[in-house]
Order: sequence, then C-alpha cells, then structure tokens
Amino acid sequence: MSESFRLKQGGLINRNKKISFKFNGKKYFGYEGDTLASALIANGVHLVGRSFKYHRPRGFFGAGVDEPYAIVQMNRNNEVDPNVRATEQELFEGLEAKSVNCWPNVDFDIGAINNFLNKFFPAGFYYKTFMWPKSFWYKFYEPIIRKAAGFGAASIKRDKERYEHKYEYCDLLIAGSGPSGLASAYAAAQNGAKVILAEDKSRFGGSLLTSEVTIGNQSGKEWSEKIISELKSMPNVTVKNRSQVFGYYDHNMLVMSERVSDHLPRTEKYIPKQRLWYIRAKQVIISSGSIERPLVFGNNDVPGVMLSSAAKEYLKVYGVLVGKKPIIFTNNDSGYETAIEFKKNGVDPIILDTRKEANSEIIKEAKELNINIKFSYVVAAAKGYKKVNSANIAKISDDKKSITNIENIKCDCICVSGFWTPTIHLASQSGNKTKFNEEIDAFIPSQSKQKETTLGAANGVFTLEETLNSSFKKGSELSKEITNKENKVSVPTVVEKKSSNHDKFWCVPLPEGKNYKRFLDFQNDVTVSDIQLALREGYRSIEHVKRYTTLGMATDQGRTSNLNGLQLVSDIENKVVPQVGHTTFRPPYSPVSIGAIVGREIGKHSKPTRKSPMHYWHEKNNAVFVDAGVWLRPRYYKQGNENLFEASKREAKNVRQNVGVCDVTTLGKIDIKGPDAAELLNRVYTNAWLKLPVGKARYGVMLREDGIVMDDGTTTRISENHYHMTTTTAQAANVLSHLEYYLQLVWPELNVNVVSSTEQWAGAAIAGPKSREVLQKLFPDLDVSSEGLPFMGYIEGNLFGINAKIFRISFSGELAYEINVESDNGNFMWEKIMDIGKEFNIQPYGTEALSTLRIEMGHVAGSELDGRTIPYDNSLEGLVSKKKDFIGKRSLSKSAYLEEDRQKVVGVVPLDKKTSIPEGSYIVKDAKAKLPNPKLGHVSASCWSVEYDNPFSLAIIKDGKNMIGQKLFAMSPLKNKTIPVEIVSSHYVDPKGERVRS
Amino acid sequence: MLHIKCPHCGLRSQNEFSYGGDATVKRPALNKEISNQEWDNFVYLRKSPRGKHLELWQHISGCRQWIKIERDTLTHEIFKTLKGNEEL
Ligand SMILES: [Zn+2]
Repeated sequence: MSESFRLKQGGLINRNKKISFKFNGKKYFGYEGDTLASALIANGVHLVGRSFKYHRPRGFFGAGVDEPYAIVQMNRNNEVDPNVRATEQELFEGLEAKSVNCWPNVDFDIGAINNFLNKFFPAGFYYKTFMWPKSFWYKFYEPIIRKAAGFGAASIKRDKERYEHKYEYCDLLIAGSGPSGLASAYAAAQNGAKVILAEDKSRFGGSLLTSEVTIGNQSGKEWSEKIISELKSMPNVTVKNRSQVFGYYDHNMLVMSERVSDHLPRTEKYIPKQRLWYIRAKQVIISSGSIERPLVFGNNDVPGVMLSSAAKEYLKVYGVLVGKKPIIFTNNDSGYETAIEFKKNGVDPIILDTRKEANSEIIKEAKELNINIKFSYVVAAAKGYKKVNSANIAKISDDKKSITNIENIKCDCICVSGFWTPTIHLASQSGNKTKFNEEIDAFIPSQSKQKETTLGAANGVFTLEETLNSSFKKGSELSKEITNKENKVSVPTVVEKKSSNHDKFWCVPLPEGKNYKRFLDFQNDVTVSDIQLALREGYRSIEHVKRYTTLGMATDQGRTSNLNGLQLVSDIENKVVPQVGHTTFRPPYSPVSIGAIVGREIGKHSKPTRKSPMHYWHEKNNAVFVDAGVWLRPRYYKQGNENLFEASKREAKNVRQNVGVCDVTTLGKIDIKGPDAAELLNRVYTNAWLKLPVGKARYGVMLREDGIVMDDGTTTRISENHYHMTTTTAQAANVLSHLEYYLQLVWPELNVNVVSSTEQWAGAAIAGPKSREVLQKLFPDLDVSSEGLPFMGYIEGNLFGINAKIFRISFSGELAYEINVESDNGNFMWEKIMDIGKEFNIQPYGTEALSTLRIEMGHVAGSELDGRTIPYDNSLEGLVSKKKDFIGKRSLSKSAYLEEDRQKVVGVVPLDKKTSIPEGSYIVKDAKAKLPNPKLGHVSASCWSVEYDNPFSLAIIKDGKNMIGQKLFAMSPLKNKTIPVEIVSSHYVDPKGERVRS
Repeated sequence: MLHIKCPHCGLRSQNEFSYGGDATVKRPALNKEISNQEWDNFVYLRKSPRGKHLELWQHISGCRQWIKIERDTLTHEIFKTLKGNEEL
C-alpha cells in the first residue's frame, strides 16, 4: 500500500531511510523517526483494535502516552510484547505488530455483538450480572469473560530479554523536557547542580516541537535543540530520552523506566531491553505538560475522531495527514492551530467552535487564511463504523442545552479540542493536595508534601513566556539552595500568539429521539449514560462512581477521561468540580513491564548462591545439590544408577558401620568475645553456661521471649573470654541480630562483642565408629583417645601444616568429630580426610543421609523447631534451667505451656514396616472417623531407618508422653494414604546415647 | 522506599535496614517477679498508632547497629533518628 497520507515534505522523520514493517500480517512502509501509529496513518490505516467492552472498532486518538485505543501486540526478535501503545512504539526495520482484543480479526470481530446487546452491559454490569449463582462465576462467567475481554496475550515462554535496575542520586530530577523542563534544567545546570532530565518520548522539546513560537531569535524547536545539546555537554547533567518517570514514592524517591532497546529490531548483547532507575532526588521538578481534553458527543469513538493536538503532531513531527477532509471541533483556540496547519499543507478544514464568538491573533490568522469557521456549532454525532465518513453537525443554543439545524456533512476525520488538562499524576502521587483552578477548569498542584515543584502547563500555565520565566527562576532558586552557587542566566524574549478564553463546555446534548453512545472513558468503554445510571443508583463519592463504572480505571489512568467524567458528575449533582474531587492517582503513571520491575533478579540471580570451599570437590564426585537457605549443599553423592533413596541409605549405613564425612561449612558460626561472654550465653541459652571450662563444648537451646524455641547448637569455650557459637544454617542471620539486639539495647552493660564467622571456617564432620582412627591418622601427634578428647571436648591441632580446630560433637548419634579450618584450606582438609579415610572405607554423605541419621536418633531439627514448639514439645525440657533467668523463661510458666496433655515429639513406625509415611501427615485415632477428623498432631520428619531397615518418622502429637505404644493412623489426604502406625520413643536408635560417648 | 538517616552511617535507603518494632517497650529486668499481665504486655501487646511512632530498626547491611526512628506511620515522615542508647 502506498503512503497516500504522507506529505511530500516536512516533519522530523528521516526521509532517506525507508523502513518496512508488518501490521496484522500486511506489509507497509514508513520512515526512520516514525512511530508505528504515524506510519500506519500515513498508509491510511485507522482501524487498529476493538474496544474493551463493546468491541467497537477503534483507531488512533492521541499521539503519545495519552493514547487510549491503539494498543498492539508486538513481535520483536521472536519475543512477544503485549499491550504496547502504537503511538509510542518507534518504527524499526522488520517490526511486526498485530491488533489485540479482537477475534478472529480486527475487521470481523465476534465480540462486536456486545455493541448490539449493550442493554446487557450497563454500568456495574459485572457486579450485577455475575453475582449469582456463586458457583457459576468460576465455571462459566469468569472463563468466558477472560477470553472475550482483556488486552494482549502474554507469552508463556521465559522472557529472554535482559532488564536492569539502576540506583541514582541527584540534586534535581526534572520530569519532562518541554519548555519548563528545559529552562529549569538549564538554570540548575548553570548553578552546578547534578541534574537528571527525563523525557518520555524519543525527541526532546515537548510542545516546542509543534508550536509556532519564537524564543530569542530561534524557533521553539531550534531553541530546544540548542539547550539540549548544551545540557548534554555538561558533566553534571544526565539527559535521558525514552524515559518515563512513572512513580513518585516516599522520601523523594522516584522510579523511571528507560526503554533502552525497544526502538531497535533487537537488544544488543550486554545491553538491556529496559532499565528501571530508582532515583533519590533532593528536589523534583515536574514539567510533565498537559494533555488535551476530548469533547463528548455521539459516537465520539469512531476511528478518525482524535485529539486536535495529536493531528497537529502527526502533521508537524511526522509529515502525516490524519485526514484530507477534517472537521476541527473545539471549545478554545488550540483547535485553530491544527486547522491552520492543515490549511498550510493544502487541506481545507472546517472549524466548529462551541463559542458564540471569540477573537484572538490565532483566530484572526485562521480567518485570513479563509478557513471556514462556524461559531456556536457542535458535532452531534460522528457517522461511520470502521472509519468516520461524515458528521451530523448542529447549532447549539446559547445556554448549551439544546441543538438545532442538524445537518450531515462529509468528513474523514474529526479533530477535537476541549482545552487542556495538566498532567498532575506525579505531584498527586507525591502527596500534593491538588486544587481546582476555575480558570482552566482543571486540577493543579498546590501544597507540596515532598520536595517537588510543578512548572509550566502541568501547573496550569499555558503561555510560553510565563512558563519560561517561572522555570528559569525556579531552576535557579532550587539549585542555588543545594549548590550555593548562582550563575545568572538571561531569560530570552518570547514571541507567541495570545489566546482567547476557552468555553466551559464539554458534552454535546443528545439530539431529540437519538440515543448515541457518548464515550467518556475510551479505553474502558464508559459512556455518559453509565455515569448517569451510577448516580441514579445512588453512588455519590467519585471513588465509588469510578469503581462502579470503571471510569478512569484503565491502563491510561483516565488521562483523557477524568475531567470530563468529573464535569458530568458535578453537572448532574449540581455541584462544582472541586466538591466532587478527583480520584487518587497511583503509580505507575503508565504501564511498566513486569520484566523491568523484576530486573536481573530472576532464576539463579534472584538470590545469592553460597558455596562451600569444598563445592567443586562435591561437584566432581557426582554430588546432587539441594538449596539449604542460601547455600547449595550436597544432598547425596550418586554412584552408578543410584537414586536419592538408595544413595542416602548407603551413605547413612556407612556412617553407622564405618565412617562418613559431611560438609558442615554452612552451619552458622558466631565468634563471641569479652569478659561478659559467659554471662551473655547464660542469658541467651536455657541451660547453665557460667561453669563451662575452657576446651569444652556444650549444647544449648535458645528461646524467643514468647517461649518458642528459636534455635539450637553447640557453643565452645575456646579460651577464657572467647567462645565459638554455632547456629543452624537457616537461623544464622536471625541469631546474630538477636544477640546484637540484647547487647545493644537491653543489656548494654555487658562487655561482649559478637561477629559472624560463618564464612571464615570450613567444616567437616567425621562420623562413625571408625572416626577416631581417621582422626588419629590426621593428627598423629594428638591424643584423641576418649580421655584425651572426651565427648564435647575441644582441642586445636596441626593438620599437615595448617591450623585446625577439633570439636568432639555429634549430630548423627555416632562417635563423631567436627574439624574446622580456615576457609581457604577447606578443600585441602577435605582431600586429606578422604585420602586418609580410604582404608577405613570413608564415604562422603549428604544432607539426606544426615537427616536420616538425626531422625532415627530422635535429634530435633528445623522441622520440629518450627516456630510453634517450646522446649518440652521437643523433649528438651531437661535443658531448661530452673535456677537462672533467661530470654523467654517467664513465658514457659504460661498455663497453656504447662498443660498435662501438651504436645510432644514421638517416634512413628508403620505397622507393616514397609510403608513410608509422608511428611506432613496427620496422626489420628480413628481412620474412619467423620470429617473433620480430630488430629492429634503431624509427622514432622520421615526417613528410612538404616539401623532397623524400615521406615521411621518423628511426629509432634498431643499428649505425646502417654502415647508410646499406641496404635494410631497416619493420614495424608494429599497423597491419599492411610497408614496404621505404632507410636514409639523418638530415640529409636541408641536411646542411652552410648555411641557418642564411646 | 524510606530514606533513613542512620546516626552512625548517614542517609541510607530502607533496603539496608530491617524493622524491629516498638522502641518504647522495655524488657522487664531479669529475675524480677512480675505478673502474667505485665509479661503479656511486654511480649504481645503493642499500640498501633496512626501518626508518630518511635520504633527500632537495625542497620543490617551497614553498621549493624540497632537504632531508633521517630516516624509517622501515616505519612512516613521521619522526624528523628537516634542511637540505640539515646532517648527521645
Ligand atoms: Zn548504620
């Protein structure tokens, strides 16, 4: 198709670079510098989508972020990008896009039947219709609505694109590069302030790109180019285009999304597709401009009806005619500028001005150009289905209540201008209490809550001269306060045409006997009658009207609909707009892709991976890893075709029979020093610590103040005032914070220092009956006999030239030792252990075997210390001192904690000695009892006992101490299993603990 | 995201800190006989004021000090930050 709507010359596009692209499968051409929208309009394509509710044909309404309709599905470099605004998507070679919200295609859309069934789609339709019967919602209504409504389809593939986050600090963040943004940035930059100037579009300059003004001796556009190039050359200024400041958060933090590569055919390597900037600014200048307000009339959503400012932008920036027979429908002078632009390019427009009369320089110019101007005229209704082909125009009475002299005239576009709405979203997000300005019939910012200033059109200032004056001044003032420097800049003289007052009129009355749809919210299909209905039904608060009708709730946040909606409500209610008030603006100002929000924190990058110094040895030896907190730990070491079950059984058995070695580097370690260290431990742990001798370790349990077990572990007295504490892998960080809390805030008089030493030490646990022989060979000079190194003893040794700490502690219930060396020597230690242990049949064991060993010994761990259990529940009451006070002790005397039938940990064995009991199963008395079957407790951990070669589990059940010997049932509704079980002691193996002391 | 002035490190973003609850709660002294009610008040009962609130934060990714912040729970305005041993 040829570009029949492209002007022979003009615009800011690069006519030397032709670009081919596809829309809905059809091939077109455009130019470098086009948006998808401008290129489609140049090709005469106006039908781009279907509306949300009625599936009416929709075209282009705006030329940028204000666009409510032209949302397309992009296919870029084999990645799908749903819900892209065609007015913002820059054209690149090979671009492919298609319409959304229509099926089977945009020309023939089955959903359009909704348009003819519209009696069934009144305001609040979803709330009313689909409330009954309730069960129908999930099965019937919801799936169908989902399919018929909605926008683009997200890809179900993983997004291969790269997104980044960036943190930045600056003196001034300036959102918007129109005249106010440029002037304030320039003045601030001259004072040496660190400035970030953000522009949403690809081109800087905002309204200066399309307005007929002179600044100094340059056109507005030339002046903006000069300022931008100067700013770019300054080291204290960052200038960013394609960057939308979309959110204003607490303490002057703003978030900006930069579309780094969306305008390119593909994202280059090491470059992100989009970048999210978190900017903490000392001062913020909001120079986000204003958006033209539509006029409301019958069928004002037909493709070809669009904002007059958009029509002007397509002409001046892209050299594109939105029509060749335009009607300009306006209540102010802005429409005339568009008309003049048409006329200058050889197209005859007709202006319908709602005002009875008006005079200004611009109107005079239009008259001199012989443009047909009809005062007191309106468009009553647009005609045409997929494209406007004519309009019913009419004379409007002076009181604006009735229309007469309806006639039909041919046209191919209707450009509407209902005056300007300042873009106050960022100011409102910052907490600014906005106020209504009667003069411009719109809200503008007033009292700032945070450090923000709104300038120019966003502040309701619509003359360039005043905008530049105030912006140079504000930019200079704000920056001077920060930098204490002042370099005066002279404000250039401005030549601009003066405007006359706008008409306070937005909604054309319906012609007698007609029931045209008059749209307020173009994206959510909210019409005048929807608002009327909501008010008739008793909704008064604008927040309620909004939610009931969905006015302003679409992805465009009501940029073109809010004020007309408010005007309508206030007209019907006989209130003034400020009494009605506007709804709350919330971030994001415009949609942000999920990828950008997530950034690089995906997959493996979502959290750091910690690896022990022996990690690569494990890898080489076929370890299968498991996430343990932020650590990767070997779960088991695979031999041949072994599965998890077989391997862990082999490993655990080898510990019971010979000797095994386990990487325990991940255990939390805290170094504790100071004369009051023992006193601290005595207050933190439930048992007594004041008499622990040097060279001895002790097992301890610590509670929260509410009596719940927080963590357990062994702590060793290394020297007089030096202790080495271990915590569980998962609780390491919490325990450190816990100790710091008490030392800093509660007992600052204690002279103790604590510091994490988890990563400073590599640890290996050597466990099994032959572990002493291995240890002896590792440290031939040491006396490691039961007398030389008794249970819970500690010595230091020399491991082939490196220092080692040796603790005789056990988690497996076997004779066992833990060796710690400096992390850098971890691998050396490990290889030595494997080498020397070979003759004793040493094997490495992973977390699965570790679990098996601790479960059959009845050692409680994370699954029992689950934040709901007290020492008694874990059979740790023997470790609770009666003599001294400690953290959480007072809570243990709560009556609930002292009940006779309090829950307690027990062992569970299936009667058939074969069926493994799923973790999480309920323990019940009667498997056939009526539901809900009262549960006695739950199975916390399960293993295959290598000692007895049958399944064994731990459970925490009510009255556990009296349940030993009972025959009960373990039920897992999830796995649909009911297993008859016997309750036994939790200490299934070696209940007297003889092995660890051997 | 809040911008918190750590009395030890200066202005830092909220994501370096972790919240620690009401700073006006005082732990009863060790070994002191107290009623169930007093203990429950200490362990469980917290005010949830709309407005000024003196609270504890720990600068976990910084100096690791527990600090006190006087913050407005409604507007998030921070009026004052104090060292752990300082009183308002
Ligand atoms: Zn700090």
